[in-house]
Amino acid sequence: MSVTYLEAIREAQARALAEDSRVFIYGQDVGAFGGAFKATKNLAREFPGRVMDAPISEDAIVGLGVGAALEGLRPILEMQFADFSTVGFNQIVNQAATLFWRTGVPCPITIRLPCGGTSGSGPFHSQNLETIYSHYPGLVVMAPATVEDAYSMLLAAIAIDDPVIFCEHKLLYYHLKAESLPAEALPVGKARLAREGRDLTIVAYSAMVHEALAVAAQLATEDVEVEVVDLRTVKPLDTDTVIASVARTGRLLAVGESWPWGGVTAEVVSRVAAEGFNLLDAPPVRLNSRDTPVPFHPSLWKAHRPTAESIANAARKLLRQ
Amino acid sequence: MVPSEIDREGDLESPVSRDLCLRAFRWMILARVLDDKLASLYRGGKIHGGVFLGRGQEALSAAAGVSLRRSDVFAPLIRDLAGRLGFGETVLDVVRTYLGSALGPMRGRDGNVHRGRPRQGLLPMISHLGAMISVANGILLARRLKGVTDSVGIASIGDGATSTGSFHEALNQAAVERLPLVLVVANNQYAYSTGNERQFACRALIDRAPGYGVEGCTVDGTSLVECLSAIGQAVARAREGRGPQMIEARLLRLCGHGEHDDAGYVNAELKAGAIGRDCLKLAEEFLRGRNLASPQQIGQWRREAQATVEQAVAQVQREPGPDPYAEEWCALSGRKLADPAQV
Repeated sequence: MSVTYLEAIREAQARALAEDSRVFIYGQDVGAFGGAFKATKNLAREFPGRVMDAPISEDAIVGLGVGAALEGLRPILEMQFADFSTVGFNQIVNQAATLFWRTGVPCPITIRLPCGGTSGSGPFHSQNLETIYSHYPGLVVMAPATVEDAYSMLLAAIAIDDPVIFCEHKLLYYHLKAESLPAEALPVGKARLAREGRDLTIVAYSAMVHEALAVAAQLATEDVEVEVVDLRTVKPLDTDTVIASVARTGRLLAVGESWPWGGVTAEVVSRVAAEGFNLLDAPPVRLNSRDTPVPFHPSLWKAHRPTAESIANAARKLLRQ
Repeated sequence: MVPSEIDREGDLESPVSRDLCLRAFRWMILARVLDDKLASLYRGGKIHGGVFLGRGQEALSAAAGVSLRRSDVFAPLIRDLAGRLGFGETVLDVVRTYLGSALGPMRGRDGNVHRGRPRQGLLPMISHLGAMISVANGILLARRLKGVTDSVGIASIGDGATSTGSFHEALNQAAVERLPLVLVVANNQYAYSTGNERQFACRALIDRAPGYGVEGCTVDGTSLVECLSAIGQAVARAREGRGPQMIEARLLRLCGHGEHDDAGYVNAELKAGAIGRDCLKLAEEFLRGRNLASPQQIGQWRREAQATVEQAVAQVQREPGPDPYAEEWCALSGRKLADPAQV
């Protein structure tokens, strides 16, 4: 038996619904239909009245979630696509994210954002928005790369008393498989060493971890040992694990799928430069998507985001420095 | 003999109890006295940030506050001091938030009208208009999921907020879920300086109610008994399970948007007309005319309000402000999840 990344997300929600009567799911088409990606398949039937279709109103979806959280419930809010969360942006960053700090009353909501491009999805069904949510105080931002993390981190997100932006990558939904669901997990906020190496550190998260691992495998044939750090949560960012890795390798390549201006990779490079400058044997490098909307056509889409090929090129260049 | 129910000219849809009317009137007095004091402190440079008054809207607001039970939900807006007090907010909470006392509910982290006690059903508004309606929806939906069925929520907004996407999304959502929400729209003719003719093009805001599938009515916002009657009836309908209710109250803001604003843009004809009458004066005339309260009694209430306000201000002015060195500077309740860059 194997379980996909998407099934892990479905199973985490099923378990949360079964174990905690405070949990409910609210979002577009999540009810009888089971969600646009089937992340809530059969949950409405298994948990009657607790998996509710919402009107196409992201602002009101998040606002309702905040109110329900105030009343002691644990809403899971599905944005059909991460891109549409911008319609609910105000409620996320100004209502949910400020509530605890302003009033001392926690706001335990989990907002699921199906992120990332798949070929043919175009500018409005492909975005990676972890950067903008990380910029705001009061939010925890997760970007799991593995089936195990998709499951355990979603359960953790629901249990956390603060608003969590859960960035799940659509490209991983179907093809990423694990043998079984995990029984234990790293703590939230702790990065994972996805592969050990001594020549170069690639810091990545979400789908980019798999591109980085492919690069590591490829460069191993060229006698280069690449270490891959999977951030898991981008906020909080596990600076210690990143710097410890750079201390071993002396070289840093930070890879992210969101846009290049600012963002997670800039934050990683900035922290290493500020706190571990003397550990670096070469200037740190960032690789992101291109600074345009996400293109529709497969040939453009593949060239828009970092891939194993472009990461490997950047890594080789960095190793020559 | 003093009647126990007021049915002015027999034209109220639902009669209003004398007791409720007098309670609301006393909150109106207290709100006016406190607002005047806050305006005076502002002019004296004693308040950081803005001051936003409810002058001219006390009847509507007080009617909302007293129509709710303490276990209900109230999402007030910036001109709802009377309603907040009627719902249970203390004068100390108000003064502490305006003066930035560390002992207030917002502890200097937020100020003026941005205050509340969410655990007591009093929502702390954010500045983005219309955004509190769906939060009230969420509380009401959560209560339904928990099996609590007799709760009602009032969300208060102005004419300007009806132009927002949040208003549309939330009212539609409340209607779809058939939530016990009462949306009270204070149509005070201006959103800051923008008049209704630049705000909406429908004949009347209340015409929107049937478009959402909710019951609606209009009310003269200058008349306390009419506001009490209309809101009381809407609350009762919502509590019965008839779904969301919308009320459009027509009135005029008798002050600037904030105390920084001289409101020179307000049309003189509106000010001179029926809509420009002061609801507090009208209520006093009504109560005296009906022998529901004597001038002596009203004078006594006003003096009590003044004493309460003066005492609260004197007390809060001696209280400490927030200490930036003792501040945690952490926006998460789970402090171990704080990002290392910030601590």
